[in-house]
Amino acid sequence: MTSPQRRWIFLVAAAGMLAFYLWGLIGLPGFGHYPGPYGDIINAVAVGQTHATGVVSAVNFEYRGFDTLGEEFILFTAATGVATVLRHLREERDTAAEDESSDRQVPVTSDAVRMVTLAFIGPTLVVGWYLATHAQTSPSGGFQGGVVLATAFVLVYLAGQFIVFKRLSPVDLTDAVDAIGAGSFAVIGLAALGTGAAYLANFLPLGSSPGAVNSAGTIALISFCVGIEVAAAFVLIAGELLEQTLIIREGDR
Amino acid sequence: MDSLLPLAVVVPLLGAAGISTANPLFGHRRWLLDAVAILVAAAVTGMLVTIMLGTVGGQRVYWFAGFPPVHGVALGIDFAVDALNAGLAALTALLVTAAMVFSWRYFERVATYYHALMLVFLAGMVGFCLTGDIFDLFVWFEVMGVAAYALTAYRIEERGPIQGALNFAITNSVGAYLSLSGIALIYGRTGALNMAQIGQAIAGRPPDGLVVVAFLLILMGLLTKASIVPFHFWLADAHAVAPTPVCVLFSGVMVELGLYGIARVYWSMFGAALGHHASITAVLLALGTLTAVAGALFCFRQRHLKRLLAFSTINHAGLFLIGIALLTPLGLTGAAVYVLGHGLVKAALFLCVGIVLHRLGSINETSLHGRGRQLPLTGAVFLLAALGLADLPPFALYLGAGWIGHSADSLGMHWITTVIIGTSVLVGAAVLRVAGGVFYGIGDPPTEDPQMAEEASEETSETDEAKGRTPLSMIVPPAVLVGLAIAVGLLPHLGSLMQSAAVRFQDQAAYNATVLMGAQVAHPAAIMPTEDATSTLTDVITGLGTVAASLVLALISLHWRRLPVLRRGYEPGTGLVEPIRRFQSGVVNDYVTWMVIGLACIGGALAYTIR
Amino acid sequence: MHVFPFVVVAWILTVGLYGIITSRHLIHQIVCLIVVQSSTYVLLLGVGYKTGAVAPYFYDIPPNTPAVDPVVQALALTDVVVEAAVTALLLAFAVQAHKRFGTLDPEELRQFQG
Repeated sequence: MTSPQRRWIFLVAAAGMLAFYLWGLIGLPGFGHYPGPYGDIINAVAVGQTHATGVVSAVNFEYRGFDTLGEEFILFTAATGVATVLRHLREERDTAAEDESSDRQVPVTSDAVRMVTLAFIGPTLVVGWYLATHAQTSPSGGFQGGVVLATAFVLVYLAGQFIVFKRLSPVDLTDAVDAIGAGSFAVIGLAALGTGAAYLANFLPLGSSPGAVNSAGTIALISFCVGIEVAAAFVLIAGELLEQTLIIREGDR
Repeated sequence: MDSLLPLAVVVPLLGAAGISTANPLFGHRRWLLDAVAILVAAAVTGMLVTIMLGTVGGQRVYWFAGFPPVHGVALGIDFAVDALNAGLAALTALLVTAAMVFSWRYFERVATYYHALMLVFLAGMVGFCLTGDIFDLFVWFEVMGVAAYALTAYRIEERGPIQGALNFAITNSVGAYLSLSGIALIYGRTGALNMAQIGQAIAGRPPDGLVVVAFLLILMGLLTKASIVPFHFWLADAHAVAPTPVCVLFSGVMVELGLYGIARVYWSMFGAALGHHASITAVLLALGTLTAVAGALFCFRQRHLKRLLAFSTINHAGLFLIGIALLTPLGLTGAAVYVLGHGLVKAALFLCVGIVLHRLGSINETSLHGRGRQLPLTGAVFLLAALGLADLPPFALYLGAGWIGHSADSLGMHWITTVIIGTSVLVGAAVLRVAGGVFYGIGDPPTEDPQMAEEASEETSETDEAKGRTPLSMIVPPAVLVGLAIAVGLLPHLGSLMQSAAVRFQDQAAYNATVLMGAQVAHPAAIMPTEDATSTLTDVITGLGTVAASLVLALISLHWRRLPVLRRGYEPGTGLVEPIRRFQSGVVNDYVTWMVIGLACIGGALAYTIR
Repeated sequence: MHVFPFVVVAWILTVGLYGIITSRHLIHQIVCLIVVQSSTYVLLLGVGYKTGAVAPYFYDIPPNTPAVDPVVQALALTDVVVEAAVTALLLAFAVQAHKRFGTLDPEELRQFQG
């Protein structure tokens, strides 16, 4: 198909697809009329059953924790896959592609950017840590916290310190931390199995009152492991992709 | 026994995490890495066989995190295991084990990545098979997807793998997101994600637009994974470039998992609600037939061995879909046995091609002509597997083909047997032509298609070890798999056991009761064999006839140039396919356009017949 | 207006697909794939919405307050992570494709036909 042919064929087919999809969508109960029962029951029982006041976290890390385990390994696999696809080959230097912007000067990181980003690194780490450890009480959790933690590392790069960034996050180490984070989630599930409960059951004490940071048993623990895993995975992915730009530039010289 | 169910998924996941963590420890001890991965895969195979044997009496349900349903409402995620899905998962684990043994000496410099990706791939496929929750199905679908994309691109030294992986990842992602839209639609109606609960909620009133649209959207990802025309384009691109042990899994089980997903979604969720069995059958039969015919034609004209086997897989995917589309226990039984036999035989064929690539450094049928004579053992295994693929009794495949045919006959659709035999002859002839030409040097090398030669020359050896001889670890797995394919075909009571499993699989009321109420529904033995499911003399004769016709066609195409009477200036197969060949353009934009066309057409057909 | 958010869902899906099939640049194509997936976020969150209900967090409100569906929010979170993972992998492919082929135009990346 040539581009114009493809466009016209698509427009005809898409009209049919759109009509078909809308035929299904109008069958939904109107917007704002969620019919239940799944979410309503969870809302009613979750706080009592898990002592987590963040019900989304209770769903993510307990009721549907097995989904989250799979999702965790999707991210782990993607990080491993990125490392696989971008691994160094012996002949890398010879086959490196052209740097299309070689005529352009790489701008020097200004002191203003450097100071601001460096100043943000500390607070970013604190916020990330807070988010990763407060899934049980607030709209946060391992994913949100992990991404913010990874941002702190990327800030180091933004401050013009790629060498420091790579030294802080060598591939072997981030890969291992990534695997440990994902693996400990699976191991927490196994520990539940060891106590005779179902896989991923909440076997730890739930704490005295809902809303306390040390409540909700395994939810808090799993969220923390997820935070570590997500942070390591994103640092690994960002590092691998950033490093490519350097390889390409070096090969060009 | 019950805790084996989560372990079958968790053990390979932990294996992958463990290998990645201990990466620096392996260092030069490569054998340790291989040994760990093989042991994990073998252990999972053992677990799944145990689980499968435990389901002979009836379905088993496992609730994660300890939340069994309350008053018919599921709060957690379940594994709903019966003989068919446990068996498919066991086949998956077996093929992963074989692939890992094969790759022991295959790659020279594999990092830990390869092993970790393979184990996650295994976990994803097993989770996909066993789950009883529709969103969990999507999650494991994505787990196996992401692992598969990365594995396709594994050989980054070349250009092909990147292109194949991109086409694979983009088409399958679009399919997956359409599936997720369908899941969200049905959730908006029922407020449930458990398949049994959804099925119960939508049954009992005539299907409206939402149910039909959700059904087709959920099917989109599965049809893409199952490489059903016109959603099949990614498959040949990905198969041609993925490392051979990975191809074994793509062809042997991943495509079949898509078909399993279709069967699962239909019989656990939509069957009772949709009704209109005739129109569902008609739509799926049309897709299956189109796929079988297109796959067979493309297969016959290929000279690139991996692509030839990939198109043969498309042909078989179409035949499996025909078996499912009949919506009868016997049709499903046939499809299941066919999948089992095909998985074992196709895996063996790919592994033999891997040995050829390892030893002879080429994948082009023309340039390999006669050179396979120095690999007598590989040639013998390849020939046996090729005969099996052409439905030679007692390989399990002839039973599957026969049972699908019987079931179609009993519905008055006699043309289906013609489709099965006709396409099987074409595919069988193509594979036997390779066996005769490459390994025994019969006849003349087929003429070179300039474009195909260019494609095949890009393919270099995946290994760079000494190639003086074939290591035992490479020839034993295909030989064992071929042996298993024969053994399965000879199993006593295979037909009745499989058919009772199929009857249970299709009994939606019993599935609902078991999952939501924890009840075990006994099916009286008297109603079990609803249709004849034993190997009849007719099946054996049909199978032998198919093999004979394939052999004749293979010999004709090998001696084409010495048959002046028949020759009309063209090569066999080329004239038939040339007009539709440009559809397989290698441009992912085209592939996605075809997906939208397919969705609109199937949607129109369903809307017209069901509304 | 009870249907309007769902019409938006269908529209996002269609423009995303249009972007994928007309794209002449891999990075653009990958972003369009994200657009296709975004339609699922809107749909998921849309079907779980209840008029006048609060967010499902009961830290400082009584647990029996009517709240929107927490399940679709958890599903959307899973969906986002899937998107991040797939996108990361696809971008790595794009980097590698640019190295091997020297172009990011899908029409020029073809190696196999038929």
